[in-house]
Amino acid sequence: MAGINGSMAHLSDGLFTTSIAIYAAAMVGFTAEYAFGRVGRKLEAAAPAPARELVGAGGPPVLEPATAPPAPPKRPAADRIGRWAVVITVLGALVHAASITVRAAAVDAVPWSNMYEFASVSGLVGVLAFLAVLWKLPALRHLGGFVLLPVILLMFLAGTVLYSEAQPLVPALQSYWLAIHVVLVSIAEGALMTSAVLTVLYLVKSRHDKRHDEPGYKPGSLGALAAKLPAAAVLDKAAYRVVAFSFPLYTVAVICGAIWAEAAWGRYWGWDPKETWAFIVWVIYACYLHARATAGWKGKAAAWVNLAGFGAITFNFLIVNIVVSGLHSYAGLS
Amino acid sequence: MRRILRPLRMAWRRLTSMRTALILLFLLAVAAVPGSLLPQRPLNPDKTNSYVAQHGGWGRFLDSIGMFDVFGSVWFAAIYLLLFISLVGCLIPRIRVHARAVARKPLPAPRNLDRLPENGRFDTADTAPAYVAAARSALGRRWRIVERREESGAITLSAEKGYSRETGNLIFHIALLASLVLIAIGRLYNYEGSRIVLQGADNGFCNTISQYDSWKPGRFAAEGKVHPAPFCIDEMSKFTASYTASGEPRTFRADVTYRPSLDAAPRTTNITVNHPLRLEGDRVYLINHGFAPQVTIRMPDGSVRHDVQAFVPTEAATLLSEGAFKQPGKTDAKQDIGIEGLFAPTPVDTGNGLITSASPRVSDPVLSVFIYQGDLTGSGAPQTVYALDHSKMKKIGKANLTIGKTVTLPNGVAVTFDGWVPWAGLQVSHDPAQGYLLIAAVAMVIGLLGSLGVRRRRVWLRIAPGSSPDDGSPTVVSVGGLARSDSGNFTAEFAGLLTRLETAGTPVEPNVSADAIGAGKD
Repeated sequence: MAGINGSMAHLSDGLFTTSIAIYAAAMVGFTAEYAFGRVGRKLEAAAPAPARELVGAGGPPVLEPATAPPAPPKRPAADRIGRWAVVITVLGALVHAASITVRAAAVDAVPWSNMYEFASVSGLVGVLAFLAVLWKLPALRHLGGFVLLPVILLMFLAGTVLYSEAQPLVPALQSYWLAIHVVLVSIAEGALMTSAVLTVLYLVKSRHDKRHDEPGYKPGSLGALAAKLPAAAVLDKAAYRVVAFSFPLYTVAVICGAIWAEAAWGRYWGWDPKETWAFIVWVIYACYLHARATAGWKGKAAAWVNLAGFGAITFNFLIVNIVVSGLHSYAGLS
Repeated sequence: MRRILRPLRMAWRRLTSMRTALILLFLLAVAAVPGSLLPQRPLNPDKTNSYVAQHGGWGRFLDSIGMFDVFGSVWFAAIYLLLFISLVGCLIPRIRVHARAVARKPLPAPRNLDRLPENGRFDTADTAPAYVAAARSALGRRWRIVERREESGAITLSAEKGYSRETGNLIFHIALLASLVLIAIGRLYNYEGSRIVLQGADNGFCNTISQYDSWKPGRFAAEGKVHPAPFCIDEMSKFTASYTASGEPRTFRADVTYRPSLDAAPRTTNITVNHPLRLEGDRVYLINHGFAPQVTIRMPDGSVRHDVQAFVPTEAATLLSEGAFKQPGKTDAKQDIGIEGLFAPTPVDTGNGLITSASPRVSDPVLSVFIYQGDLTGSGAPQTVYALDHSKMKKIGKANLTIGKTVTLPNGVAVTFDGWVPWAGLQVSHDPAQGYLLIAAVAMVIGLLGSLGVRRRRVWLRIAPGSSPDDGSPTVVSVGGLARSDSGNFTAEFAGLLTRLETAGTPVEPNVSADAIGAGKD
């Protein structure tokens, strides 16, 4: 019964690499729009214009044909590039999803049982989350590069360092909790990655705003880029809302992990390194939520707490899996 | 008296402030870090001891400050106890305040609604009382609405919603406190026993302390205040392990016969990795497994002994295992026989006579034996069953045996490798609080959803009747809104609400100025 379909696993690898290349192309498009487009301080005013071009629920959204009703006014080049970047991203997400589906068929199990597969699924969640945000807030389109960059880095890491051959599940992973626990973790952590990106942009923007008001300010090239970011308060609020969404999800994911641990290892909590770091991550994001409500901690201090939380997630994913040994050693490395 | 009370009150206030709670939370996160990076004694005592030995004074220093048992250390306990107290001190007044807020009517409308962060104004052809009814139904049941009449003749509506935000917040924190208490109760009353069971009859055990290989009780269980449920695992009739071609494990299954209580009829079931046997109050887990080689030993005096011993795996990937056989001979005659053994399920000859294993699957297994004769008592220190203390023994031979093969030594001692049976490590766990803990955890999530998802909003309407009703001058409605929580986009929400409120009233004839909607947006 332990069949691994080799040719399908191979096909999945090919699709994975292809999707990285497609994302890279889309990122170039988004970056071009960001650099040459006329978005920036007047962003809010222009916001409602390119409304609702993404349709389709459930599956990845699709772009309506760009040829709109009678004689549309000619769009500026940057805008057209941005639109095409979205199309390319959707294409990349489709290929990426196909890669994951084929891998699942090859191993005949859920496709997130080792680090490579987990990273791939998290990357797809990140991209889909961004596409969902675009659907609601098309004005954020020019920020696509900032989302795709970490996704591409993560996938590159997954495809090289973290890669492992398709394998059937070891007994401890043969549980429906694998589907629930890991999916929740990957959604929560994928979303928290988005929050971290927004937080970095917030810090860049608020630093830019502060410098901008100083006398004798000369915008450098970085300053010119920062000027095109949405307002600092908008970024801060968006980062918070993503955490407010992810934190309960992460809590549920940890509780599901505890229920599974009770069935598999004989105790719901045992301070295994992975569990310890899950606890640390949870406490740091709890700090973030409290910090945003405490005078003297709002704004920048809270932003740094958010980044510390994502740092702990990264540590938990990379260092704890690869360096520290524990019960959660499913990396498939070594 | 005041001299003592004042500093105490100050200290209490400081401890229960949000800032202190935040710092304690941070400390908790930081304090957990060494627990994941250094070996921990409760999880892995051998690794910890060798770490301490390797690091000399530094290791002993870390040991003395509890770094190898972080989660049982005094300072970790101090942090979470302070946090616990801080939380209690923070919650009690908040519960009081919230109860009052729920009981109280929404506040009267401020004098100038257009000074609020969100505001708007429109006219309606309805009379003031008619519009009040329309506005009430437009707002719907989610708002708590209070109607007041001002001296000017205007009617005000104060509407509030989202009380369950603070309710959720309080539920979350109370459930968190309950969880901590339940974890502590579980720690006091729990126990964990483990026992190696060989496949076949006569190897079962009952749930009593004396029948376990290892026994880890909580404090009250250690004091004998917990009475283990009287069930028995009578026999493991079959243990099944299956592997892929490359030696990756696929399934482990133990088929057992058990009695839920001493006088109950025996039942059969199977225990697998994710499916423990759940009895009332206790769970029986399949934790690990291995091989128990069987040998026949001819002693120096010519007598024949049969022995079977569980070997411990030394390599997790290939299940190369080691163990010992100990057969006492005539006392004081130095005729004890001790055998150190190495069991290779799929043997590979490394070339110099040593055998190692290539896979956990059993295929023509080899038992390497190192045979000693002499006095088994050795140095007199306590011994494990898996190792031989041969300090008072002499090595008299060695051999690599396949099943059925015998090695005969010059003095007549002979060892035959007869075969093997599998063994399973079963663990019995008892934690009376964990079911309640799950309920508390679910309550935490529900509270969290309310606390982070519900939007706390206040809206006021001032409905001023037209200056003279006869000439048809319209009723003027001004609306102001305040978001009392961060979530959501209140600007968009308020705009939608304003539209709803305006369309609820009868529109005025179109010649009236249209400067109404959305005015005063920043």
